[in-house]
Amino acid sequence: MPQDDNTPQSPRENLGARRLGRAGFLGVVGAGVATLFFGKQISSVTSTFTKPFADATGLSRIVPSGGWRIYTVADSMPVFDRATWRLKVDGMVGRALELSYDELLALPKAEQVSTFHCVTGWIVNDVHWGGVRFSDLLANAGPLPSAHAAHFISAEYPYDDYLELSDLALPDVMLAYEMDGQPLLQEHGAPVRVVIPDMYGYKNVKWVEQISLVPRQSEGYWEQRGYDIDAWVGRSNGYG
Amino acid sequence: MTSTRGSGARTVMAETTTAAPAASIRRRSRYVRRFTFTERLLHWVHASAFFVLLGSGLILYLPALSTTFADRPLIKDIHFYTAVSWAGAMALIALLGNRRAVLRTLREVDRFDRDDRRFLAGATRTPQGRFNAGQKVNVIVTAAFATLFFISGMLLWLGERNTDIRLGGTLYLHDALMYLSVVIVLGHLYLALIHRSTRHSLRGITLGTVREDWAIAHHSKWVSAPPAAAAPDSVQALPALAAEPAPPS
Repeated sequence: MPQDDNTPQSPRENLGARRLGRAGFLGVVGAGVATLFFGKQISSVTSTFTKPFADATGLSRIVPSGGWRIYTVADSMPVFDRATWRLKVDGMVGRALELSYDELLALPKAEQVSTFHCVTGWIVNDVHWGGVRFSDLLANAGPLPSAHAAHFISAEYPYDDYLELSDLALPDVMLAYEMDGQPLLQEHGAPVRVVIPDMYGYKNVKWVEQISLVPRQSEGYWEQRGYDIDAWVGRSNGYG
Repeated sequence: MTSTRGSGARTVMAETTTAAPAASIRRRSRYVRRFTFTERLLHWVHASAFFVLLGSGLILYLPALSTTFADRPLIKDIHFYTAVSWAGAMALIALLGNRRAVLRTLREVDRFDRDDRRFLAGATRTPQGRFNAGQKVNVIVTAAFATLFFISGMLLWLGERNTDIRLGGTLYLHDALMYLSVVIVLGHLYLALIHRSTRHSLRGITLGTVREDWAIAHHSKWVSAPPAAAAPDSVQALPALAAEPAPPS
């Protein structure tokens, strides 16, 4: 008996038999591929059902539904020690600075509520930030006229990135040390991170330990790996 | 123990030396082959890869786990290379294994007859073939999800290198597939391990054979009740030993 005898042979078998399996497969794959292009629209519809469910079940405390995902590039996260931590401000400045955490907190405090956009497509709405404006931070260092960009070096080696000084002067750009009323958590870049809401997250460098003023922007960690130097939300990285 | 290509692959078991009457042997379980080694290997490679990908994916996705296992580049590599190995292994097994058996399974899964549609409409006692209609749907959805997981995962990986191929819904699709898959796998595990009338099928996907009386009860269009006197070439097997099914009447 050939094993093909395993194929059903009863007279009932072919009653109205239709090849629906391949249609179902192609239908699901097709719907999924469409989602690639209309994900934002579909997710805004589905989240009206899933978010109340996640909130009611406590799931939203575990899953990043409308919340943060923690992206890192090194094998461990930098540990913040308040006693020894220093922020270096150097490069093309009149006077290089080394600020302790307390000296940083003593600078004029700014607060803002803004939306965080990750280039991979997730968004966190209405994040409450507290920190210092770069104008206040850099004033004591005295940027030289030939300096046009800042190089942000993270304690999470080898992460770094650049911003134009003109972008640092925007009203909603800051070096943040508080998030939602609490000191910045380790996974969000403790003790300080860049916040520039109109640019994607990879420009919002976490665990900043050095700011060097330079003549012009260069390629940071992700730009060297293909990301656009122009990181404006909605105008770059395929979302134009 | 696997039945392979050709018609001669049959395991005939001699009775044990303490020759019991044939009638009492028949009361002992007889087994019919439901899956070849190729099909079982495909299942278990897929299942193992799924759980490695789920575990590593959840570490990348859930903030609490991302913080605990902070070596994201390593977890990313595990996730990525597991996915690539999974795809390669599935293709190789299907190509180098028992292609006839794989094609036969595909044909059966593709075809939904009137009884299958009745089954899906809720009449689960409707006679079914080697796969009931729910199992067919599970195979189809699993295959489609695996395809979509692979496409969206590759786009995420490539999108880190070339922003031109970063699409707005890639991450959403990958996440949504994960949620839906977890629900489906939980249902699958319930039916395979707990639900009384279906859990015997775990034996089929593990050892290849299932009890004939179970097959007759649940898959009567695949294995029907044997005639009163066993056909001369029918096979009697002791538990855990394989035999081909008796020819359907």
